[in-house]
Parts: sequence; structure tokens; C-alpha cells
Amino acid sequence: MSERLIFETGQPGRANTYFPNGRTADEFLPASALRDALPLPDNSELDVVRHFTRLSQKTFAIDTGFYPLGSCTMKYNPRVNEAMASQPGFKDLHPYAPDPLAQGALRVMYELERSLSAIFGMSAFSLNPAAGAHAELTALLIAKAYFAKIGQGASRTTVIVPDTAHGTNPASAAMVGYKVISLPSDARGRVGLEELKAAIGDDTAVCMMTNPNTLGLFEDHIHEIAEAVHAVGGLMYYDGANANALMGNARPGDMGFDLMHLNLHKTFSIPHGGGGAGHGPVGVAERLVPFLPVPIVTLDESGAYHLEHEREDAIGTMRSFWSNFSHAVRALTYIYANGGEGLTRVSQLAVLNANYVRARVKEFLPTPYDETCRHEFVATAQELKRETGVRALDIAKALLDRGYHAPTVYFPLLVPECLMIEPTETESKETLDGFIAALRDVVETAKRDPQAILDAPVHTVVGRIDETRAARHPDLRWVG
Amino acid sequence: MYAPHTDSDIAEMLAVVGVSSLEELVEVPDAVAIAGPLDVPPSLPEIELAAKIAGYAKANTAVGYTSFLGAGAYRHYCPPVVMSLAMRGEFLTAYTPYQAEVSQGYLQAIYEWQTYVCLLTGLDIANASVYDGATALAEGAIMAVNATGRRAILVSRAVHPNYRAVLRTYARGLELDVEELPVAPDGTTDTTNLEARLADKRFAAVVVQSPNFFGSIDAPAADVVAAIKATGTILIGVVAEAMSLAVLATPASWGAEIAVGEGQSFGNPVAYGGPYVGFIASTKEHMRRIPGRLVGRSVDNRGNDAFTLTLQAREQHIRREKATSNICTNQAHCALVATIYLAAVGASGLRRAAVLNVERTYALAERVAAIDGFSRALGAPVFNEVAVRVPATFGAARVLAELERRSILGGVDLGRWYPEFADCVLMNATEVTTPEDIDALCVALGDIAAAARESAAVHV
Amino acid sequence: MAQPEGLLYSKEHEWLKVEGDVGVVGITDYAQNSLGDIVYVELPREGQTIQQFGSIGVVESVKAVSDLYTPVGGVVTEVNKALEADPALVNRDAFGEGWLYKVKLAGPAELEQLLAPSAYESLVAEG
Repeated sequence: MSERLIFETGQPGRANTYFPNGRTADEFLPASALRDALPLPDNSELDVVRHFTRLSQKTFAIDTGFYPLGSCTMKYNPRVNEAMASQPGFKDLHPYAPDPLAQGALRVMYELERSLSAIFGMSAFSLNPAAGAHAELTALLIAKAYFAKIGQGASRTTVIVPDTAHGTNPASAAMVGYKVISLPSDARGRVGLEELKAAIGDDTAVCMMTNPNTLGLFEDHIHEIAEAVHAVGGLMYYDGANANALMGNARPGDMGFDLMHLNLHKTFSIPHGGGGAGHGPVGVAERLVPFLPVPIVTLDESGAYHLEHEREDAIGTMRSFWSNFSHAVRALTYIYANGGEGLTRVSQLAVLNANYVRARVKEFLPTPYDETCRHEFVATAQELKRETGVRALDIAKALLDRGYHAPTVYFPLLVPECLMIEPTETESKETLDGFIAALRDVVETAKRDPQAILDAPVHTVVGRIDETRAARHPDLRWVG
Repeated sequence: MYAPHTDSDIAEMLAVVGVSSLEELVEVPDAVAIAGPLDVPPSLPEIELAAKIAGYAKANTAVGYTSFLGAGAYRHYCPPVVMSLAMRGEFLTAYTPYQAEVSQGYLQAIYEWQTYVCLLTGLDIANASVYDGATALAEGAIMAVNATGRRAILVSRAVHPNYRAVLRTYARGLELDVEELPVAPDGTTDTTNLEARLADKRFAAVVVQSPNFFGSIDAPAADVVAAIKATGTILIGVVAEAMSLAVLATPASWGAEIAVGEGQSFGNPVAYGGPYVGFIASTKEHMRRIPGRLVGRSVDNRGNDAFTLTLQAREQHIRREKATSNICTNQAHCALVATIYLAAVGASGLRRAAVLNVERTYALAERVAAIDGFSRALGAPVFNEVAVRVPATFGAARVLAELERRSILGGVDLGRWYPEFADCVLMNATEVTTPEDIDALCVALGDIAAAARESAAVHV
Repeated sequence: MAQPEGLLYSKEHEWLKVEGDVGVVGITDYAQNSLGDIVYVELPREGQTIQQFGSIGVVESVKAVSDLYTPVGGVVTEVNKALEADPALVNRDAFGEGWLYKVKLAGPAELEQLLAPSAYESLVAEG
């Protein structure tokens, strides 16, 4: 049943008494500065509560079910993180509070920065960028500033991006004026060393990779790749989207990466909140530290923390204020809850869960790269589509009917009819078994009665949506 | 550790996978294997963890001070109903609503947010949100560059300094020119030479903020707007304090084709700078250039109204290097908080709150200006911030330090960004500023003024 | 499938019909089919001077946005305004009512750069 829009309910004057009714704006301000009517609805608090409660009930979330969404790391979001972030000492702290009166907040940022540097083997991190794509842009601006500083600004013009990369990589490269060279994967689903060597040269600015890659495979030649890129004077960039596979096991810094970003909303358990806010710290090797965006938190000899706003070679600043600070509190809380051993275990169990699901799924759905994976793997519905007409998208929709979120579909682009599955470490064996059974049921039903799957979903509040109509005749707002 | 695995689960699962240990499963080549255990403190049980982090929160003593800090981050009252709804797990722990059939609730909430932004700014369309006000400006400027094919931006110096800094950072990447318009003595944008500067049609956009960084209402006059439009330049209106939209003339009404800004004031805490919620609204003509996510209303295959993310083909995961922007995430949860806030307070509540901001700020301004040695620095009408000139013998930094000793955060030192306002403090008052707060400030400033006179007398 | 005769084609899947000194431009049936449901077409402005093979607009479908490269240079004399309200015309009738714009041809030499129906057919067949 559809829920009426908030603009279609309520009555003018049905005001909640949050604020006293005082004077009017025209007693202070010239009429020319004032607006006409304020055409917003007045609803009772109870009606508002019911409206948004009902909307929440029409929303799938980690708290309502399993999310095998590849590349998104939909792990449990511990509630202690929320309790910590919402303390008045953090949430009511103004960004222009003087440093001596904000020591707790600065300490959170400092200790998070040090922890991330240790976990990923980088010299320093900046907490400035707001999200993953924002961090990519930041890192590429750092690369651009670095090359300008060493007199190679004009000659370093290209960015190498493997075809398994996230779509944000080439989009970010374009935003700093770099030309993108796409690198095909080899038969093993990795970056081929020879192809890479052919593509790089003294025009190479940055090679952007993720490891494990989006097929869930470890780039086992990463050391040689980094050496080759460094030999031509280029920088190695690590896309941290898949960092949940690595902690305590391997570090991008040791692999030869000079720049990296993290999605704290993936690996470090910050809630996704329906698509943001995220948090995307950028880490760098020693020689790139001077270019990090400001402000930077520093610790002096007396044990006092400071926010440093001026640095000669800094690329500038990326956002209104210092960081997505509430998320820094959540991430630090998560790191201290787990400790070094716990984080190592997190990555091991994330890999175990993925391999367990892979081993059982390949009994009924082919997995094109049949080897031990890391935190995620890909399966393909190519054969099923040929036999029955049921595509990856249809499988996704049929899973929704069975109470599970869909895996990521049609990504990475090089596997046709791709389903990318990342279970994360916080799911129990029973939950995984339930999901495997549901997926098996979908595949078997498709073979027996494909139309039943093509019609899915039928148990959701709405059926498949007319995307063409949405794009041809965009209705992006209510009009009274 | 939040993993539920028992030892027997692990053994059973390893057997299915066909490896003997977890270590074997995650093995990497020796050349890149980690040298030792992670240099992170050992895990803490939750009872100790909570006490430890609570200790950090308590060390932020500023929250106990009487505050007049604003300058782009605003303290407002948020009814408890807002967070109690927004923190429901279904909202908090949802992913981006790509699977629309199981995300109708969140999609509808974002559609409602887009509508609120349109109604408040007076513009035709709005996106699902961007990171914050400063990045909204950078993205809005890119829209103007794409729309006009011109590669320079003219921005008023009265736009928030951090917003201008972010615009310059983005501009370096895209190799755009950014030039500035000066500030007039009354604290508004000086447009006297604007027409001449626009004549060669080099600028994609002119950017002004209202209320501007000094709190002054700074909507350009009709003849200035006409001059901008006559050269095919786009006027971008910045609103760093969204609360002002409840009473002030909308950016659309004063001629902005694109409005960008910060929605933090609607229910989101100041939280030491983030996360906040940037918005971008525009006229219909720019619909296909607006970056980031957009929610649209369509129908499903059963004939029901249904919401979905739309116009996604423009986005980076499909268009890659040719996308309208690399922006991927939106600030969905902050936008949800803002939406619930607006729904709860309604038109009546929002207007009352906004008028209280004006009333308290004018009360603050009058009281402070009545103190010997203090005056209003700028003449233009303001919304909830006012620039105060302090005794020159003292200087802004020393006045603020003296107030701090009395547990008062008096505002920000304008000299930090504007050498010409070195003896000025930007003070903010909102509906949470009480008459008692203003009394305390004025008593303290009176003491400081007296001390200033005494020390001046001694020096003579 | 044979390509309509009497038209010239570009490697970027546009077609050109020469009518005196004016050329009518559209995208081929193959192109519309690969793009899927077209939702929006951004066209050059009337009076705009365009260069052969330059990027002059975009065709947007539900799943992709594709740049539009003009097969010939010249001055745009008319654009198909019907596409604003009904972009699906390109899907329904790519070679007819789904035409995109008309251009006053820069010169006959440019036409030599384009493909005959049979050559375009081979290009499409190669995939």
C-alpha cells in the first residue's frame, strides 16, 4: 500500500509547539529581503512518527536481513559506535571550538590516523575527504601536485585503470584532467604484467588498482607491478574498497602503494545510512605527506593536539570542515573494540565466509575463476540465461522475494551476467546456509519454471519499476 | 569482534572449502606478507571501551561554554522525535537504494527531501544531496562550466572562505580560473565593476552567498542580475545557513539559476564539522547536468506509484571517465534527518525558529553595540550573524581569549581570513541563544572594555 | 540486416542523407538497438558550426549515455524538436522520424570519409 507524501497530509496551522510564537521578520528586516509564503506542510508529531515509521518498514537494511552485496562490505554496524558518536561532548562540539577546548575530538582524529597508518602500512592519513570517490579525487590531486613539484606536471598525463576497477576510478581521473588507459585482465583475472609494462611510460602519472581486485582475487604479482610502475616514475594508487580482506595479513604500503583511500563505511563498520554519509581517509607514503589536504591533526611534545591549517605544499582543502568527524568516532570505537588481533581475525573470517559460500554455490552456478577467493567472489548466470532466459538481474529480483538482498549484479564488467557476492565476517554459518539454499532454489526454479523467476519480485511492496518512464519523464519532486 | 563463528563452525567451513587453516586461506606471496602483528592496542571489552571513548568526549570542554560560534556550522534545537525516527535500524543500516523494490521507504523520504529543497529555494529540481555546502558549490560551478563551455568562475569574497578554498582545490584539478569580487564597506558584495568584468563572456558563473559570511543579506539587486544574465553567465546562489530560507527571499526569486548550500541546520548536529548535507537545486534546464543521485517517481509493473533512482546513466559507474561528476555517495542519512526535521517543525515551526534567530541576533547586536568601545562593523541587514568591531587597542584575538577565560566562546576572529577586519568578531545567535547568554556575554565584554580603558589610561 | 540504401554512414553509427546542400543526420538502427530505450537526446543548437567527427551532443538511454559524433561538418539549420517530448522516436524509427538534425554541408570532400551501406553493414557484422 502506498504511503501518501508528507506534502499531501496535515493541515495549515497544525503546528507543533517546539518554539515560542514571537515577533515577525518584517519587524527587523526590509520587506524586499523577505520571501512570500512558505509552502511547507504542518503535520502533527504523531502523524510524522507514523509516516516515517511506515517508510522505515518499507526499507531493507542490514538490521532486517542478509546483504551479500559484493564490493560493499555490508557488515553489522555495532550499536556502541552510535552511542559513542552521539555523546554531547562530540555531537555538540563546534568546528571552530579552540583547539585547547577540543582535545578529545583531536585525540580521536589523531589516534584514528595513527591506527589506519599502522594497519595499512602508510606514513600518514588525511581524514579530510568525505567518501570514497571524494578520496580518489583527493589522492589524484596529491599526485598532480607532487608531479608539478618535481617538474613533471606537464608530462605525466595518464592514469592506468584495470578493467575490473570501480567506475569512480576513471571518473575521478577525468576530474583532474588525466587521460584514462584501461588495462584488460589476463586469463587468470589479474592485471597482466606484460600488458601493464606495455601501457606504462614516462607519461604515466598513476596506476589505480585494488587488491584483492573486484573479482575477489589477490593480485599475486603486485610487487612486480609496483616495481614496474615505479621504474617509469609513476605512482601506485590503492582503492581501499576491498580492504576488509587484508587486515593483519598484508598492507598496501608493503605492496608498494604510494597512495590509498579507505571506505570507513565498509571495513570499519560505519552504517551506510541509505547511501551516505561515508568517510574516505587518504593514506600516503612518506614523500607525499607534504601534499595532504589541510587541516592535519598534530601532537606536540607537551601532549597537546592541534589542528594545522596552513601547509605550504598542501593541495588545499576538500570540504567545508575538517572531517566527517562522527564517523571518525565510530571507526576508532570499532578499532579499539577489535584490537590488532581482532582485526586480523575479521579479515580471516570474511575470507572464510566468502570461500564457504563460493564452494557451495559452484555446485549449481558456475564461478568463472575457480580458485580460493578473498572476501568476495563472482558467479555467472551466462549458461542459465542461455538455457532458460533468466538473467542475473532476474536472480537478484527473485532473491528479494525470498527475504535476501540481491548480490551486486553486472559488475565487474568483464564477467557476463555476473553476480558478485560478499558475505562479510559478521554473518553466521546458519545465515549463509539459508542464503545458499535460497539461491539454489532460484536457480532450480529457473530451470523448471523460468517465468516464475522472470515475474519476480512478487512479495515486495512494489514490483519491477518502469525505469524508462522514470528517465524519459523525470518526476523528481512533488508539485502541489 | 562481531563475528559469530564458533571453533566448530570454522572447522566445518574450512573442510567444505578444502583448506586446513585460516592462515592458509589468506596466504599471500612472501614479498608482500606482513612482517608482524598489527600495531594497534589489544581489544577492549565494551564496558571498558565505552568508558574510554566517553573520556575523550568529556575532554571537549568547549561544549560546556556559552557559545556564539557560527560561521557555517549552526547550533539549533532539534526535537527528539527527529533522531528517534532517523536512528531506526532500517534507515541507519540500509545500503544505497539500488534495489528499489525493497527500498521504497527510503526512496520516498529522499524524494520528499528533494521536494523540500525545491520549495525552500524556489527552484525546479534538486538532487538527493552532496557532501556539504563547500562541495555543493564546487559541483555547482562544474555544472555552470559544462552548461556554458566557459572555464572561469567569479566568486564574491563574501562567500564562506572554506567554500572558496574548496572551489579553488577543485578548480586546480579541472584547470579552471577562479577570480574574486571585492566586499563593499557595508559587508555586501561590491558589484560596481561587475559589468566590465563580465563583458568578455569569460565567466561561466558569478557566485554570491546570502546571507553571506558576515551574516549580511547579500542578494544581488535586479539590475546586477540583469547584467549577469545579459552576458550568458549563470548566477549561483550559495546558502550556508539553510534556516534563513524560511524567511528570506528565495535564491530563485533573486535570479539564481543554481542554488547550492548547507542543510546542516535542519536537525543535524554541528559534530565538529561533519557529516553535513550539501544541496544543489537548479532550474529545469540543468536537469541533465545536476551531479549525484536523483530519486524519481514512476510506476511499477502492477500499476502502483513507485520510486527509483533515476538518470543514473549520467553517473560514474556507467559513464566512467565521461560522467557528470565522480560523486557517488550522497549524504542520505543526513538528508533523512533534515527531512524528518522539516516534517516535524512544519512551515509554522520553521518560520518561528527562523524569526527567533533574527530577533535574538538583533538583540545581541544592539546590546553589544551599546557597550563602550564595541560597535556593529557592517551596516547591512543580517539573519543570524553579526560582525562586531572590538576596541582596536585590544584586538579580536585578545577579546576572544578574555571571553574564553569566562567560559564564553564569543565567535570567530574575522581577521583570520580578512586582514581589513582584523579587529572584528563574527557572532552568531540562534533560537538556542537565551537572553541569559546575551547578558553573560555583555557583562564579560563590559569588563573587558573597562580593562581596555584602564590599560589605555595607564599607558597614557 | 541490410542497411538502407541512399544514405552514407559513419563508423560511430550515424547516418547522413544528402538533400542538395543540406544533410540530414540520425543514428542507425543498430545504434538505437544497442543503446536500448532512449530517454533523452541532447542536440546541437540551430546556427551552431560543427566540425566533422566532432562530439556535438549525447544520446542517453536507461543504461548508457553515448556521445554523438557528427558525420559531417557545417552549420546546423534545424534540429528535430519532436525528440524533446518523445525521444523514443529514435527507437521506433531511427532512419525516419527519429532524425536528429539538419546541417548545411561544409563541403563535398567530407562525404568521401563516410561509408557506403555495404561497408557499414560489414562493420556492424564484425560487431
